[in-house]
Amino acid sequence: MGSSMPLSLLPEGKIGRVCGINAGKKLSRRLFEMGFAPDVPVQVQRGNCGALVVLVNGMKYALGRGMAFKIMVRDSQENE
Amino acid sequence: MPDIFKSKNSGKKLRVALTGNPNVGKTSLFNALTGSRQHVGNWPGVTVEKKTGTLKHEGFEIEVIDLPGTYSLTAYSPDEIVARDYIIEEKPDVVIQVLDATNLERNLYLTTQLLELGAQVLIALNMTDLAEERGDSIDIQKMEEFLEVPVVKTVAREEKGIPALLDAVLRTAGKEHVHKIGYGNALESKIGEIMTLLSEDTGLKAAYPLRWLSVKLLEGDENAFGKIKGRPVESKVRKLLDSEDMAFFEAEMADQRYETISCLTALISKKPERVLEPSDLIDRVLTSKKLGIPIFLALMWGAFDVTFTFGTPFMNIIDSFFGWLSGVVSTNVSNPWLSSFLGDGIIGGVGSVILFLPNILLLFLMLSILEDSGYLARAAFVMDRLMYSIGLQGKASIPMLMGFGCTVPAIMATRTLESPRDRLLTILVTPFMSCGARMPVYVVLAGTFFGESAGSVIFAIYILGIMVAIFSAKLLGSTVLKGEVSPFIMELPPYRLPSPKTSLLHMWENGSMYLKKAGTIILAGVVLVWLAASLPVGVEYGSESSLIGSLGHFLEPLVAPLGFDWKVAVALVFGFVAKEVVIGSLGVLYGAGEDESAIMAGMQADPALDPVIAFGLMVFTLLYVPCVATVGVIKKETGSWKWTLFSAAYGTTLAWIFAFLIYQGSRILGWT
Repeated sequence: MGSSMPLSLLPEGKIGRVCGINAGKKLSRRLFEMGFAPDVPVQVQRGNCGALVVLVNGMKYALGRGMAFKIMVRDSQENE
Repeated sequence: MPDIFKSKNSGKKLRVALTGNPNVGKTSLFNALTGSRQHVGNWPGVTVEKKTGTLKHEGFEIEVIDLPGTYSLTAYSPDEIVARDYIIEEKPDVVIQVLDATNLERNLYLTTQLLELGAQVLIALNMTDLAEERGDSIDIQKMEEFLEVPVVKTVAREEKGIPALLDAVLRTAGKEHVHKIGYGNALESKIGEIMTLLSEDTGLKAAYPLRWLSVKLLEGDENAFGKIKGRPVESKVRKLLDSEDMAFFEAEMADQRYETISCLTALISKKPERVLEPSDLIDRVLTSKKLGIPIFLALMWGAFDVTFTFGTPFMNIIDSFFGWLSGVVSTNVSNPWLSSFLGDGIIGGVGSVILFLPNILLLFLMLSILEDSGYLARAAFVMDRLMYSIGLQGKASIPMLMGFGCTVPAIMATRTLESPRDRLLTILVTPFMSCGARMPVYVVLAGTFFGESAGSVIFAIYILGIMVAIFSAKLLGSTVLKGEVSPFIMELPPYRLPSPKTSLLHMWENGSMYLKKAGTIILAGVVLVWLAASLPVGVEYGSESSLIGSLGHFLEPLVAPLGFDWKVAVALVFGFVAKEVVIGSLGVLYGAGEDESAIMAGMQADPALDPVIAFGLMVFTLLYVPCVATVGVIKKETGSWKWTLFSAAYGTTLAWIFAFLIYQGSRILGWT
């Protein structure tokens, strides 16, 4: 298991697993309902240019940098 | 509980609410169900759009209410509160949840909440074609058994499955059915305790499903606490809950819900391993670092090009129609007053507004197609970096784009921005995006004074508008509206071929606001202009001795430093009615009516106008207080006179400064 980091730092193409959300109650719940639940795999399809495109549960989201900093992920073993 | 025989809908009427996550095809289903029999309004007290429509099926008259698209029914946003309160308080006979078959897991979260609310749920499993295409299989029978609600397959975009859905509506209405999610012993006993407390209050018992209210109170939902506020049970419930670890309960309940859902999805659906889909491949290009912005700009350029290319023939038709109409009036109406009123006032004024309807509708059609295809969400992503640097987030770029069509729907489109600060800032800068109604002013002025290079001058005006919007966002965002850019999250739906019906309805929703404006405010405005130009009795129409002339002379000192004379002052005052009226008023003042070439000749011959002043006037028209319809919508959307007045004063001040610099600068440089 790798160490945890904000989603915004996950390199493009890599898969991480959600391990926490550093946000207020409402925002945490919103993210949770959108699929950012504990241990769910998240893939960054596009990053490094401000906003990110991430894939969660087969859904694609555009996330602002600020938002991506609040989602903590663990580097997952699924990356070859 | 809704019961069609007891409720006020007795007879053959049913009320059906449509709900679902964003981007599941809810709007397509609504359109497929109700077609053009729609009514768009607002939910009382909030700026959330309310759409209703009616249809007939098997002798029943069914009213369909389109609830806002939400991910859940907590109280995160006004949308969710509206949807939730409607289901609880209005008790629709059936609640249809539109589910995206390609994404069951997340969609089912809302289902569990609807069931908990005690609604009579019917599931429209939509986009089954896409799910099947990529190899998913969903066991509908198992799904019905597990959820204990009917499930109907639909493909709303192609209007498939609608009759079966309506049959199911008739079967579902009037049934009584309560479905529970088990939360495990510890939580269940807590829920039981709260329910016992709440059931002492007969008023609450009659108004809300008690189990739902108990669950929400246990979750610490503020809106639910609002519902028991001031009642005798409030203190008892608070006392009971104060002794508990609320955070634990909340997390535990969410976990239980998710477990139920993953259990269900595992049971009913088989998904193949996700492979790279066409959408992903398209996204590789459209959202790429190098190509994203160039493609965005190219698409926008294309949209404008199509708008103006295809709009011009329609404009010519409308123009000749109104020309013919005013000819008919002037030959057949003998009373000079009435003839002038109808010809110069009504037909001239309203005609000049209708004239630009094709362009505005076409631009909104282009934007609707881009939105329905899924591209506009990508545009927000591509623009986010740029928008962030000016203190806004990516989503703000969509209302700003719409601003090129008509500012009124553009300002209403800012509702998608969650943070009040971002929303207000976007509302304040959107009027600088040059709307379709300002175009005629540029066309006539640039055509008269810049000849061959008119096109470039108009383009420069558009660019200036964008620059002022950027500058203003930066300025206001770091002074009066200081604050962090709110974090943004936006779903990127898979690319779809937009359905013509949905795109056209979408276009009509935005465009009809412009038309409504022409029918009401502008009509009143042109009558006013005509009266002011005709009074006192006996005066020559629009001459210096008319009321309009006195007004112009009164205002002249204010605009003299900008090089504008009394005629321009009058035109600008009436431009507040609608910006295109600036040209209409000049037409009146030059005694040329709506005839463009006559206006041009009149202006060319007037020594008070020259290219520099004309350019200043174009810039002033771009920037000064937006039209009265926009001011009205700003008041409505911000709910504040302070910000409305600020917006008007800010724009007008900028306009004055710019026009001043242009005129005085050119004089100092010796150009004039």
